[in-house]
Amino acid sequence: MKMQVDDTMQRNNLVSREELQRQSEELLTALLQAIKKGNFDNVYTDDYAQVNDILSDISVMRARQGFSPRETNRFVLSLKQALCDVLEQEHAGTPEVLYKEILQVNSLLDNLSIIAFETYIKGREDVILRQSDEINEISTPVIRVWEGILALPIIGTLDSSRTQTVMENLLQEIVETGSSIAILDISGVPTVDSMVAQHLIKTVSATRLMGAECIISGIRPEIAQTIVHLGIDLSNIVTKATLASALQVAFARLNLQVRSIDRMAAPLLK
Amino acid sequence: MSNHTIPIVREQDFILIRSHIQELCAETGMNLINQTKLITAASELVRNILNYAKSGKVMMEIVSINARQGIKLTFTDEGPGIENLQAAMQDGYSTSSGMGLGLPGAKRLVSEFAIQSAPGKGTIVTLIHWKDGH
Ligand SMILES: Nc1ncnc2c1ncn2[C@@H]1O[C@H](COP(=O)(O)OP(=O)(O)O)[C@@H](O)[C@H]1O
Ligand SMILES: [Mg+2]
Repeated sequence: MKMQVDDTMQRNNLVSREELQRQSEELLTALLQAIKKGNFDNVYTDDYAQVNDILSDISVMRARQGFSPRETNRFVLSLKQALCDVLEQEHAGTPEVLYKEILQVNSLLDNLSIIAFETYIKGREDVILRQSDEINEISTPVIRVWEGILALPIIGTLDSSRTQTVMENLLQEIVETGSSIAILDISGVPTVDSMVAQHLIKTVSATRLMGAECIISGIRPEIAQTIVHLGIDLSNIVTKATLASALQVAFARLNLQVRSIDRMAAPLLK
Repeated sequence: MSNHTIPIVREQDFILIRSHIQELCAETGMNLINQTKLITAASELVRNILNYAKSGKVMMEIVSINARQGIKLTFTDEGPGIENLQAAMQDGYSTSSGMGLGLPGAKRLVSEFAIQSAPGKGTIVTLIHWKDGH
C-alpha cells in the first residue's frame, strides 16, 4: 500500500494522499476477502464482484481526473510486489509452494489490471462524449450580420438535440433583435440526410411563424443532387449556394444596396 | 479483400463509419458526388437501426467484378424487423414521425440495394455502389 502511495506521489495535485490511502485500503480488503474463497483464476465471478466494483470506480475516477493509463495500471500492479513480499515471508522454507502461489498472484493481478484498463478506457470515452456535446452547444452562434439580418452557420453533424438548440437560439434572437430575415448556412454540415432535411424544414416553418423569412445557404452541388435523389422537396424554401448570394437576397428584401464606390466621384472617402 | 465491421449503438458512431467509407472511397478513387450519395444512404440506414432496432452493425468492404470496383455496405440488426416491407419501401411511409424517405431514398442513391426483413427476425440491408455510380 505504501508503494501505491509512493508511486503516485508525483501526482499529488491530482489526488490527495488520504484519498489514495483510502482507495488502497478498500481495494486490498476486498481483494483479501475474495482470495480467502480460494478462487484465484476467475475474476468474473461473484467472489470478485466487490473488487471489480472498487477497481472500476477507481479507474473511471482516474480517467476523469486525467491520469495516464500507465499511472492507473501501476496502481493495480504495485499490489503485485506487495503480495509477493508477503508470500515470500510466509513460505520462506518451501520454494515450491512459494513459486506456485506467486504464479497465481501474478495471473490474478494481470486479470485485474485488464479490468482496470477496460474501465479506464470507458471512463475516457465518457469524457469524450461529454466534450462533443459541449462542442455542439457552443458551435451554434447566431450572428447579427446587419440590422434585421441574422446568420446562423451550422458546423458539424445535426442531430435531434442539436437542431433543438439551433432552433431555440434562432427564434430567441429573432425576438430580441426584431430581425426579419434569418440565413441558415449549412456549408459546414457534412451529411444532409432525410432527418437533417426534416429538421431544416421545421426550423424554416418555425421562423415563418415568428413573422421572419428564412434562407438556407451553403448547399454544395453534391448535396443538392443527393437531396433530389432522396426525394426531398425544398421548393417552398429559398435556398442559395453561398452565404454571399443569400446575403444579396436579404439586402434586396430590405431595400439595401451594396456597391463599389467610384473613388473619382467621391474623393472625400479616400 | 479486407473488410471492416463497426457496431452501431449511438448517433456518434456514424462519424467513425463515415470516415471509414471515405477511406474506401479514396482507395477506389470514387468521385465526390458518388461518395456523398453512398454516405448519405449509409446515414439513413444507421439512423433506422438506431431508431427502430436500437443497435446493430455495419460491414464495409471493397468489391470488384470484372475489374469493376465498388463499395459494399451490409447493415445488420436484430431488431423487431419490418412488418410490411412493401409499404416501407414506398416514399412517405413511416411508422414514426420521419419523412419516410430513408429506405426508398437510399435505394435511389446507390447502384444496388437489397433488403431482407421479417417480424421478429431483424433486418439486413445490403448496398453496393460502383465507382462510376451506375
Ligand atoms: N432496421 C429497421 N428495423 C425495423 N423497422 C425498420 C427498420 N428500418 C426501417 N424500418 C421501418 O420502415 C419504415 C420506413 O423507413 P424509412 O424509409 O427510413 O422512413 P422513416 O425512418 O422516416 O420512417 C420505418 O418507419 C420503420 O417502420
Ligand atoms: Mg429512416
